Amino acid sequence: MIHWNSFSDFLAMGGYGFYVWGSFGVTVLIMTVEPIMVARNRKTTITRLKRQMRAETRAENRNTAE
Amino acid sequence: MKDRFNLYRFASPATFYPLAGAMIPYFAAISVVFGLAGLYLGMLVAPTDFQQGEGYRIIFIHVPASWMSMFIYLVMAFWAAIGLAFNTRLSGMMAQALAPTGALMAFLSLWTGALWGKPMWGAWWVWDARLTSELILLFLYIGYMALTAAIDDARRADKAGGLLLLVGVVNIPIIYFSVKWWNTLHQGSSVNLTKSSMAETMLWGMLMMAMCFWMYSIAVAFMRVRTIMLERERNTDWVKALLAGDEK
Repeated sequence: MIHWNSFSDFLAMGGYGFYVWGSFGVTVLIMTVEPIMVARNRKTTITRLKRQMRAETRAENRNTAE
Repeated sequence: MKDRFNLYRFASPATFYPLAGAMIPYFAAISVVFGLAGLYLGMLVAPTDFQQGEGYRIIFIHVPASWMSMFIYLVMAFWAAIGLAFNTRLSGMMAQALAPTGALMAFLSLWTGALWGKPMWGAWWVWDARLTSELILLFLYIGYMALTAAIDDARRADKAGGLLLLVGVVNIPIIYFSVKWWNTLHQGSSVNLTKSSMAETMLWGMLMMAMCFWMYSIAVAFMRVRTIMLERERNTDWVKALLAGDEK
């Protein structure tokens, strides 16, 4: 069923190796980095929003105390 | 009578947020499964193309990426229309969440197309109708992101961005039909509903890769829209309760 005779055959891609792996490499890179960046952005946003919320409640408490 | 309005509940960020969060792992898992199956068929099983040799295997990502770049734009334009017509909060967030993924898909389409074009046509790039209109699509995505980022007020940013999306939607049929309307260097579509010019394993490999890209886009867009919701709805009770609790 497998089309290739050897692993080096597979890597060579019939002489098109550079173009085929250049396409797949960049695609895999993008599809790995994008979710990581989105997840990281989510974490920093949540931390920032939590900090803002705490600061606001502190300010409110101070106002009611006066 | 009450049941009739239940559908609208999902248009509210407070309801959509947990729903999207619960669905992300499933979309991600389905994407990986289809990706592995598609790569197995496309890279290991599918035969050599009689004209293009092994270089044709680039289409296993080129075609799905191109499809998604057009489809995501249509979905964004749909949300823009809903947002402009009904002034719903969720629509602008959806469009915003989809834009970066759409731009990346358009980039991948052009990138893999260039790597295919060099050995097959002898040129990385030609100013052909199909290629040029796809490049315009990439610029539309970038223009939308730049425009919405430049306007501070989120609702006004949505309106301006939505207008840009709706004007730019004429580009989608131009991309799609460009190979028919003009005498282009780009080949016609390989997949056809009635008859396909491809071997069966090639076709299945490509459809599975398309499913992989589709599910990937949904998962990433859902991840992104949840962050946008927290940011934009930070003054509402549901976000405050969420942030006060331990829920991430």
